Amino acid sequence: MDDILLMDAIERYRSGEMSPQEMIYFEELRKNHPEIDQRAAEQTFFLGEMDKLGERKALRHQLHEVENKLANEGLISLKEGKAKAKIVYLWNRYRRTIAVAASIAGIVSIASGTLISIFSENKVAVITPLVDHKLNQFESKLNQFEHKLNDASATANKTTRPAFEANFRATGFLLDGRGYLVTNAHVVENAHNIIVENKKGDQFVAKAVYIDRQTDLAILKITDTTFKRVTGLPYTFSKTPSDLGEHIFTLGYPREEVVYGEGYLSAESGYSGDTTSYQISISANPGNSGGPVLDKSGQVIGIISSKETNADGVVFAIKSKNILAALKNISPQDSVRLPVVNTLKGHDRVQQIRKIEDYVYMVKGN
Amino acid sequence: MTIFEQEKSLLEGLVRNDSDAIETIYKENFSTILGFILKNNGYPEDARDIFQESMIVLYEKAKSSSFTLSCQIKTYLYSVCRRLWLKRLQKSNRYYPSYELAEEMVAVDEELEWHEKQNDDFLLLEDALSKLGEPCKSLLEAFYIQRKTMPEIAADFGYTNAENAKTQKYKCLVRLKKIFFAQYKNVD
Repeated sequence: MDDILLMDAIERYRSGEMSPQEMIYFEELRKNHPEIDQRAAEQTFFLGEMDKLGERKALRHQLHEVENKLANEGLISLKEGKAKAKIVYLWNRYRRTIAVAASIAGIVSIASGTLISIFSENKVAVITPLVDHKLNQFESKLNQFEHKLNDASATANKTTRPAFEANFRATGFLLDGRGYLVTNAHVVENAHNIIVENKKGDQFVAKAVYIDRQTDLAILKITDTTFKRVTGLPYTFSKTPSDLGEHIFTLGYPREEVVYGEGYLSAESGYSGDTTSYQISISANPGNSGGPVLDKSGQVIGIISSKETNADGVVFAIKSKNILAALKNISPQDSVRLPVVNTLKGHDRVQQIRKIEDYVYMVKGN
Repeated sequence: MTIFEQEKSLLEGLVRNDSDAIETIYKENFSTILGFILKNNGYPEDARDIFQESMIVLYEKAKSSSFTLSCQIKTYLYSVCRRLWLKRLQKSNRYYPSYELAEEMVAVDEELEWHEKQNDDFLLLEDALSKLGEPCKSLLEAFYIQRKTMPEIAADFGYTNAENAKTQKYKCLVRLKKIFFAQYKNVD
């Protein structure tokens, strides 16, 4: 059988153009002539590849069109100049070096001043570890619904509920009952609006009064007038390094609800020897960023920030002494006074959590 | 609609080559991938490439008869993009990624291996096409890639009727097949 005839037969067979008799005849032919059958199999495969190539090209074309359309509408950004991307690249590559150099030579203001200002002009949504950036529609629908319910039953001391849709969620906790919270710099650095929400669901507008990318710490101040000063912060902040193997626990918002997690301190330094962080073994998910890490006596020893690429349960927490250092650099009008009395010591975990959870906030924004 | 139904209808749309579905998937996921890649020493162009590739993997997966939705689209896309990007980083010896989203991930090795094989085949096929010369190349592209009908092709290429065009197409196809398999077998 000639190649061209066979090709024609197979193509018609594949596309269902053959009459039933012809089909039976053709199948018989293949069955009885292994040599023809083998060629037929080869051609079937080949025609399949041709079809798929066509399909693939069509899909690529379509993807390109969608991409260009969305880029033109400004819904996704593609054409960031090489230069800007390069800075992000260099920044990522050298930020640890810069951090070390800065701490040694005290050139923080110069180095970060220039680099960061260019960096922040970049409108690319830089996604960072452990912040839940994908609050799905379902959740926000649920929220709206919940809020409606809450509004309906709201009492006289109803709090403001700014109408906006958050696109990230993380955790923060109070440093000072007058409305100062700490979270990660990477959580809020690109945010236009920041909302913090306590366990009861009261929401308050906040702004970042301090952001330090090197330590990855940010301090937020609740600016909402409806916010009433809270008292009785139960935890204190550890000034000294904690020991390996120490049991730790955290509270955070990987969901719309506060979640407890526990683990242990596994190394005295963080990612690739970063001495400003601890490595801890704990389960952390998007949304846990900015959550407090407490030891068994209720001292805050760190803040969850990120987790390691290729390992399970390797989480990094910024050491609490960095918070103390940050407070020295904050502007004088925002003088934050850390709690000095620890009321958690000696209590069992359930009671500790009950005391702490009112002071751990969800940080949301867009 | 539940999330599950939404995602299912998006995937069905993708398989139908429905632009709206593709747009939605882009809007919901591209910025995450862009962020991940920029954070890991990539340029926006890389993000664009990788994302497109992952959409193709998703498309192929959704098209396969054995497909069931076992995770969210975003989880799937992130897993695929992550793998593709790590691979590219390793190839170009650029730094190993230091940052990672704490996203859920699923195993995608099997389909990526298959996808890569498929890409290699396409490269061979396109290479063979380019060696074929005209008018064969355009004729085959018109039929298999632009999906024109034989009468249209006959008119475009100046054949007196569709039957003649068809005969010519088969001749070209047989030649193309020879070139393709000569290389294909070498590669294997």
